[in-house]
Amino acid sequence: MIKKLPVANISLRFIRVWSRNLTVYKKIWLVNFLVPLFEPLLYLAAFGVGLSTFIEKVPYHGKDLPYLDFIAPALIAITIMYNAFFENTYASFVRMYYQKTFDAIMATPLSLEDVITGEIVWGATKALIATVIMLAVISLFGLVSYPEGLLILPLAFLGGLFFGTVGMSFTGVIPSVDMFNLPIFLFITPMFLFSGTFFPVSGLPQWAQTLSTVFPLTHLVDLSRALCQGNLQPGLLWSVLYLMLSTAVCFPLALILMRRRLIQ
Amino acid sequence: MTETRTNIIEAINLRKAYNGFVAVDGVSFNLLKGECLGLLGPNGAGKTSTIRMLYGFSPMSGGILRVFGNDIEVGLRQIKSRLGVCQQENNLDPDLSVLENLQVFARYFNIPRKETRDRALQLLKFIALDHRKDDKVMSLSGGMMRRLVLARALINNPDLLILDEPTTGLDPQARHQVWERLEMLRANGLSILITTHYMEEASRLCDRLIIMDQGKILVAGEPADLIEQYAGDHVVEIVNPDDEVRELVESRGFMHDSLEHRIIIYGKKAERLFEVVGEQFCRQTCVKRMASLEDVFLRLTGRELRE
Ligand SMILES: Nc1ncnc2c1ncn2[C@@H]1O[C@H](COP(=O)(O)OP(=O)(O)OP(=O)(O)O)[C@@H](O)[C@H]1O
Ligand SMILES: [Mg+2]
Repeated sequence: MIKKLPVANISLRFIRVWSRNLTVYKKIWLVNFLVPLFEPLLYLAAFGVGLSTFIEKVPYHGKDLPYLDFIAPALIAITIMYNAFFENTYASFVRMYYQKTFDAIMATPLSLEDVITGEIVWGATKALIATVIMLAVISLFGLVSYPEGLLILPLAFLGGLFFGTVGMSFTGVIPSVDMFNLPIFLFITPMFLFSGTFFPVSGLPQWAQTLSTVFPLTHLVDLSRALCQGNLQPGLLWSVLYLMLSTAVCFPLALILMRRRLIQ
Repeated sequence: MTETRTNIIEAINLRKAYNGFVAVDGVSFNLLKGECLGLLGPNGAGKTSTIRMLYGFSPMSGGILRVFGNDIEVGLRQIKSRLGVCQQENNLDPDLSVLENLQVFARYFNIPRKETRDRALQLLKFIALDHRKDDKVMSLSGGMMRRLVLARALINNPDLLILDEPTTGLDPQARHQVWERLEMLRANGLSILITTHYMEEASRLCDRLIIMDQGKILVAGEPADLIEQYAGDHVVEIVNPDDEVRELVESRGFMHDSLEHRIIIYGKKAERLFEVVGEQFCRQTCVKRMASLEDVFLRLTGRELRE
C-alpha cells in the first residue's frame, strides 16, 4: 500500500471544523472580546504609567522610541502567539481527548487531516480576531501608524498559523493535559521574555542575542514593531520568510503526529 | 431471493492488529440491502475494532472491505457521506445545544443550510426531544443523549446505519424507546449493522447474527436457527441436581451444560424434555423455559468472565 502524503488528505471541508469552532466562539463572544480589549489597557497602564517613569526611551534603529511605542507592538505579537498556541493546545486537547469531538467528526466525510487543518486555521482566526480588537485599542493611543499598520492583520494570521501548528504538534504527543506546562515553560515563556518584547535584544549577551534570532516570536515582534512604526525595510522579508518556512515545516509535522496519536 | 439483493457490506478475511496484538482475525461477512445484521460477542471480542474499519476510522491490517460496492481504501469519503454512525462512546458536542448538535453535524455532510434546520427539527420530533432543542446536551439524561446520537447519525439520510452498542447503560424504558425508533427505520428499508450485549435486542431487531469471540466468527445465522441449532427449543435448569439427573442426561445424550451447582439441559421438541426431565426431577429449584439467544451466546462463548 502506498502511503499518501498527509497533506493529500486535506479537503476544503476543513472549513466545517473551523465554522463549528466559530459557532461555539460566537456563543460567548462578549467574554472572548473582553480579554483582547482590556489586556492591552492593563499592560499599557502598568508599563506606560508605572515602568515608563524609569525607562523613558528605548533605542530602536538608530532613534529613541518612547517605551509605550516600544512595547505596544510586542503586546500584539504576544497576543497572536498566546491565542493560537493555547487554542491548539489546551482547547484542541479538550475537544480531542475529553469531548471526543474529533472522533465524531471523523465518522463523517471529513478526514483527520481536515479536522486538524480546521483547528489550526481556527486558532489563527482567533489570533486574528484578538489582534483586530487589540489593534483598535492601541490605535486609540496613537501608537500605530497607518496604512502600514493594517499589514498587522495578515501578519496575525501568519503568526497564528505558525504558533497553532507548533501547539498542535505538542497536542499530538502530550500524554495528559497538565503536561502542557512543560512546552510552555520551555518554549513559550522564554520567548515571551527574550524576544525583544519588553526590552531590546541588544542589551543581552551575544550568545543570547543569537539565540533570540532563532525565536519565532522575535521575528513576529520585529515585524509588528516595524509595521506600527511605519518603518518598512527589505530586511523584514527575511522574518516573513522565516515564519512561513517554519509554518511549512510544522504543519505537516502536526498532521503526522496527530495521525499517529489518533489513528490506531 | 437473497441472491438478487445487493451487498451493502462485503468483508473478506478482515484483520486488525494493534502493535502485534490481533483483535480481528480473519473475519468475513456481508450485509445485504435492507438487512439488520447483529454483531455479538463478549467484551474484547473485536466488535468495535471491526466496525471502526468499516467507517475508515482505523486502517485495516489485512483483507478486503467493500462498502456500497466501493473499496474502502479508495472511496472512503463517498462511502462515509452515505453512512450514519453511532460510536460506542457518547460524543455529542457539549459546547453546543441539542439542535445545534444536529445542525453543525449536517454541515460536515455539506447539507445546504436551508434544509438543515427543518431536517434537524424533524429528527428531534422523531426521537421525541423537540421540546429540549435549546437545552445543553449535558443536561440530557443518558437515554436522551443516546437518542440524540441516533438522530445525529440520521442527519444525512444514510443508506447504512452503524450502531455500536446503542442502548448500553440505558434503563428499560429508554431502551425500548430506542428499539421502537430502530424498528421504524428498519421497516423503511434502512440497512443496519448493530453490536449489542443485549440478546433481547439482537433477537428483536436483527435478521441475522454473527457471534464472534477473540477476533474470530464463531457462528452466523438467523436468530431462530441459531437457537434451534445450539440450544434446542426447551430448557430445564435444575439447581443442585442429584446424580440421578446427571446420569439420565448422560444416558439420553441430551444437550446440556453441567455447572458446579446447576445443570442446564437443552432439548428439541421431539425429545419431550419437559416431560422426561421436568416431570421427574423438578422437585427442587427448577426452571422450565424456552431456549433463548442468551443460551446460544453463553454456550458458544463460554461462561467464564473476560478481562
Ligand atoms: N486502540 C487500541 N490499541 C490496542 N488495543 C486495542 C485498541 N482498541 C482495542 N484494542 C484491543 O482489541 C481487542 C478488541 O477490542 P474491541 O474494542 O474491538 O472489542 P469489543 O468487541 O468492541 O468489546 P466491548 O464489547 O467491550 O466493546 C481488545 O482486546 C482491546 O483491548
Ligand atoms: Mg466495543
